[in-house]
Amino acid sequence: MGSDPLLTGHLSLAVILIVVVKVLVAFVALLVSVLLAIWIERKVIADMQNRIGPNRAGPWGLLQSLADGMKLFFKEDLVPERSDRFVFKLAPYLSVIPAFITFTLVPIGGSVDIFGHHTQLQVADPPIGILLLLAMSSISVYGVMLAGWSSGSKYPLLGSVRASAQMISYEAAMGLSIASVVLITGSLSTRDMVTQQLGTFFGFIPHWNLIRLGIIPFLVFIVAITAEVNRPPFDLVEAEQELVGGFHTEYSSIRFALFYLAEYMNTITMSAIMVTMFFGGPDGPDPTFLHWLWPILWFVAKTAIFFVIYVWFRAALPRLRYDQLMDLGWKVLIPVSLAWLLVIAAMRVSRPLGFALVALGFLAALVLMRAISIGHERAGQPRVQALPGEEINGDS
Amino acid sequence: MILAAISIPQLVVFVVAVAIVGVGGVGLLAARHTVHSALFLVMTLFGVAILFIEEGAEFLAAVQVIVYAGAIVVLFLFVIMLLGVDRVEVPAFVADRNRIVLAGVGVLAVLVELFYVASGAWSTGASSQSGSLSSGQNLGVLARSVFTTYVYPFELTGALLVIAVVGAVVLSKRLIGRREVDR
Repeated sequence: MGSDPLLTGHLSLAVILIVVVKVLVAFVALLVSVLLAIWIERKVIADMQNRIGPNRAGPWGLLQSLADGMKLFFKEDLVPERSDRFVFKLAPYLSVIPAFITFTLVPIGGSVDIFGHHTQLQVADPPIGILLLLAMSSISVYGVMLAGWSSGSKYPLLGSVRASAQMISYEAAMGLSIASVVLITGSLSTRDMVTQQLGTFFGFIPHWNLIRLGIIPFLVFIVAITAEVNRPPFDLVEAEQELVGGFHTEYSSIRFALFYLAEYMNTITMSAIMVTMFFGGPDGPDPTFLHWLWPILWFVAKTAIFFVIYVWFRAALPRLRYDQLMDLGWKVLIPVSLAWLLVIAAMRVSRPLGFALVALGFLAALVLMRAISIGHERAGQPRVQALPGEEINGDS
Repeated sequence: MILAAISIPQLVVFVVAVAIVGVGGVGLLAARHTVHSALFLVMTLFGVAILFIEEGAEFLAAVQVIVYAGAIVVLFLFVIMLLGVDRVEVPAFVADRNRIVLAGVGVLAVLVELFYVASGAWSTGASSQSGSLSSGQNLGVLARSVFTTYVYPFELTGALLVIAVVGAVVLSKRLIGRREVDR
């Protein structure tokens, strides 16, 4: 199980206990941060829209999401008549479990000593590392897809078909930008990614992947991730004007709460993954006292900033149309990240080769743009795509 | 001999994984609903991924889940949902004596083949092409053998996939062109 010093020696009862405690702490921390995240989102959006937001339950409305959760617990649990009962009940768990498993990959801090055992502040550090993120994000497609299908009604089905197409499309761009991080790290392990980013350029610029890779993989990753977790502006899955509530229209009570939970868990997890991959994870200034605490604080602060950026997206950007979404994914993000991956690989081999590749890329882009503009000019003329032997109808 | 080589936890993991694979495989065939069959297929793929991990092939396990469970079966489901094949299929199979005998011969042939593959290296060549699986450097070993020893098959496979993609695009474009001409 990876490079955690805890698991290299003999597996005693204490070691197993520490692992269990780590899992529990991570789970509870994630749940609490979801409660806080929902409150932050409602408050920030209310401020941006000149409203007050939740302010009744607890100080500043802090307990509002807790109250909502309890309300959902006690509501009636409906299972639609025409639904596929087993799959209908299975689907929410297929959304929640991958969200949590992905979070276990994230290194939260350095390493500590508990009960005489040296261990990393991270639930698991498997050798496949970041590939587990890709695997889990492909499993979470099932949650959305099966929820929509098993409801046995048309709006959820439309929402889930949209969702699965969207998530599969953006997974490619996400994978390519992850590949560039893996390329420069030389390892799949998230722990290695973080340790590689320690240190500074010239003593003051942090040695983060954001700068080492150029900003492009990060930009591709943040867009792809937003689409992957179905956050605005890519929330076509639950476009309420068109699809009632999207894939979870038929869900009520605690199962609806599970979908809601999964969405926020995913958002927080993805913020944390972004911090790990591009912003040095728990890296930051380290005063001499309280040595173990500072990395955790830096990590939490960075993750919170990214979560607020997601909220900001929601308040500031209008939802994309479906064809715009597909165009952005397939025609912009995938080519850009593929080209940038080649450039990074060339830079790893030699600098002149890398710059030559960048120049060639610009040349190719110019030629391609010229070709596309010529194509647009010709678009007014009769189509030449008719099959040989068939008559061309110029009016069509 | 074989039993001595594995520990109790490994045995438990193996039995559980094999049970998952078995239930998934039988369920895939027995399910009356196409979507349920696809889900059982996912279950089988997960069981195989667990077996890969137990063999020390973590990379293969991850790729198994990402590619097969994550992309291919999702596409199956996609097609099932879009085409609306979500109704119970009526079995059109009539069991007569000839078919039963033929099926039995087929199953026997598969079993014999599996036995040879499992028991001797002469039928498959070397037992493992990319070195010991449990060396912990999955990715490096795999990449080295794909990009050096097997670079031509690898490139050929790539070319084949590109041809398939281009072919699909050309065919669909032709259909659109024809439809617009008809209009």
